[in-house]
Amino acid sequence: MAEQVIPTNQMPPGLQVENVDDRIMTLNVGPQHPGSGHMRIIVKIDGDYIVDADPDPGYVHRGEEKMAESRNYITNIPHLERPVIHDSCNILYPYVLGVEELVGIEVSERAKYVRVIAAELNRCIYIQYWLAIYGIFLGHSTMFMWPAGDRELLIDLMEKITGARVTHAYFIPGGVRNDIPANFEDVCLRQVNYFEKRIKEYADIFYDNPILKARTEDTGVLSREDAIRLGTTGSVLRASGVDYDLRIKEPYDVYDELDVHTNVLKSGDSYARSKIPWLDMLESCNIIRQALEKMPKSGSIRTKLKPNPKGQIGEVYRRVESGRGSAGCHIISDGKIEPYRLKLSVSSFRNLIALPYLLKGEKLGNMPAVYWSLNYWPVEADR
Amino acid sequence: MSVIAPKFRLGYFLKAIFDNAFWILTLVTLAGIPAIQIALFFAPLPVIDGQLLTAFLAFTWLFNPTMQIPLIKALLYSDLFRIAAFPGFGFAALIAAGTIFVERKMLAKLQLRVGPFYCGKIEGILQLAGDGLKLISKEIIIPAKADKPLFWAAPVLFVGTAAAFVALIPVAPGGWVVADLDVGLLAVFAVIGFFPIITILSAWSANSKYPFIGGIRALHQMVSFEIPLILSLLGVVILTGTLNLSEIVESQSSFPWIIFMPIGAIVFFTTMLAELERIPFDLPEAESEIVAGWLTEFSGMMYGLVQLGSYLKLYAFAALFVIIFLGGWTGPVFWPPLDTELITEGIPIPNYMGDPILTVATPGLPLFDKDPNEWVMQEQGGLVYTSGQLLISGVIWFVLKTVGVIFFILLPRGVFPRIRLDMLLTLGWYKLIGLSFVNIFIALGLVYAGVIGPGGIL
Repeated sequence: MAEQVIPTNQMPPGLQVENVDDRIMTLNVGPQHPGSGHMRIIVKIDGDYIVDADPDPGYVHRGEEKMAESRNYITNIPHLERPVIHDSCNILYPYVLGVEELVGIEVSERAKYVRVIAAELNRCIYIQYWLAIYGIFLGHSTMFMWPAGDRELLIDLMEKITGARVTHAYFIPGGVRNDIPANFEDVCLRQVNYFEKRIKEYADIFYDNPILKARTEDTGVLSREDAIRLGTTGSVLRASGVDYDLRIKEPYDVYDELDVHTNVLKSGDSYARSKIPWLDMLESCNIIRQALEKMPKSGSIRTKLKPNPKGQIGEVYRRVESGRGSAGCHIISDGKIEPYRLKLSVSSFRNLIALPYLLKGEKLGNMPAVYWSLNYWPVEADR
Repeated sequence: MSVIAPKFRLGYFLKAIFDNAFWILTLVTLAGIPAIQIALFFAPLPVIDGQLLTAFLAFTWLFNPTMQIPLIKALLYSDLFRIAAFPGFGFAALIAAGTIFVERKMLAKLQLRVGPFYCGKIEGILQLAGDGLKLISKEIIIPAKADKPLFWAAPVLFVGTAAAFVALIPVAPGGWVVADLDVGLLAVFAVIGFFPIITILSAWSANSKYPFIGGIRALHQMVSFEIPLILSLLGVVILTGTLNLSEIVESQSSFPWIIFMPIGAIVFFTTMLAELERIPFDLPEAESEIVAGWLTEFSGMMYGLVQLGSYLKLYAFAALFVIIFLGGWTGPVFWPPLDTELITEGIPIPNYMGDPILTVATPGLPLFDKDPNEWVMQEQGGLVYTSGQLLISGVIWFVLKTVGVIFFILLPRGVFPRIRLDMLLTLGWYKLIGLSFVNIFIALGLVYAGVIGPGGIL
């Protein structure tokens, strides 16, 4: 039976005829694929070359934004950190800053420093997890085990502060949930120093590895203009030579009192994108040491809120530099105890936009290296 | 941690064991032994040491240790023993199992973890047995539109080809090799040539995209690395003038060929890693790109067989490296030589006064045997190495060298990431082939300059 061909002008709206070329093979990479994460990339390959790549996120959509509309400002805290549990402090940071402005409370100096320390520790925890997956994506099993093991150092620290290993729910409007333990400064300084010594060893086995350099340099090159045009943020933007870090450009809490440096590389390839987070971790260690030194040794860490605080009528947008880039939170309040609308603007989704442009014309073997170098977290993109 | 069934009672357990033992013994006595006796009426009986081995004689020998020696010797020199136990499949499988254990523990130490730890109480030594049981007990799933005969045959063919490769490896002096061929090295090349065919057939027959890509990659990789592999070994063939692997080993009794041919050894080692699909050349099984490559659709014991075959292949390649470049079993003998009289006459046993009254004949004992092959005997000044001494010493040297090479095959897995297909092809076609030609020219130069070879200095 001959196949029925519908003329294009008689097609139902929204449908289009796909031209099938026998040379082209379509691969559904994900959502059940060791190299995909919770998403799908529809890859079309011609031999070893990718002719088209179509990222298809949405497999772990939880409706966080809609959920926030039916909960008050305090009960929103635990579920808003769920999109990136490995970076839970940083994804919660913009929400807490926004609610503080809406409700109108002041935060004590000590609480601001504790927040910075927790946020930087959490950034390192996230980057270690990301780096472990980057290692195994490139077939480097040692680079999977080392970061996954060294991450425990900082997880122990966060457990000492917050009582939870991963999902901390530590930041609240008005400060932080509870004070840091008595001898925390010494323990933190010791573990962070050791951690810094450990991550410097990663250069020997991973970043200076000749095979890794040959494999990832000059692959998936994102030029400076394209990086700005496509709206990428964070490590992807800084790897393309744009000096843009919200901790410096729009300092929040006490980042303006600390000496923060950003790391910028010019090449914009997968290697640079994978190296920037590692450099960020070294910078985070510096920030933590400075913050421990400058932190007031005593004082309030939490300004008391009245029960069920109501926000003023109006809207507020705050953003911070998370482990992946700028994480923003837009809250619209109509004067009730819960937000009228809450919008999370996350960096993962914005970095993912660059993926089809980078993968086109690459070799299939480069797909994991390019894909994961975008510092992408599938759950965060879906919210 | 072991889990005991909640209704477990030791009495029932022991009763079950006694019941089983009772029924097995009853069945053996009433049915098994008569059946064997009836079968022996019709079967031709073997002649061992000049005696017809009847069933009665075999039972008698069970209680007379000196009479067992000819039986053991006949077993040792039988083809079945060589193929199944030593130096064939059993020996290779033992080393392969050790390799898997060492690989797990060594990588774990490298990566700051402990590796298998609980199974078998001592450092997870029974983890492999547990894995094997798991694979055997799993369901075998075959894709709906797969080419079933080819898909079933692929793992079996893979293990069979790997075992054929193992059969060509000489392990110890005195002809301890399953197939002692005059064209041994050529046979090795022929056997290696089967692997890409099996890989592409299994990948194609699975009717799935990822195995297909993996199979194509394996084909690219094996074909482009087989040429430098063959060329890198030609230098040694030029210098020794033989393709027989045992003779290649004997030619290295004073020095191994790696001294003159380090380039060939490096090229062979690299191509070996690629043929074995080990990191950094594990493109056909690249996990993050194409799931598990050409192994994606294999499940249960089919996957287990492929793994067994690949570790047998690993042993065989490491052994080939040892034979060709590191001198095989050659090395100093561990223990002192014995008096010739001790072998030919026997061991004199003195009485309490010190006068010899009794002589125990030794020639029959396997370790003190004068081998029929004269060339293994090294007599100097009335002292002699027996073939048993040479055998054990040779096997120990061979295993030590092979394990060392296997260690260096395993090590890159903890150090390197995976390389890309175009980098692999560039390496194979441009760099390694060029280097192996340099190696051949070095060998020819050594021969024409009269350093090595007929009439040479060394």
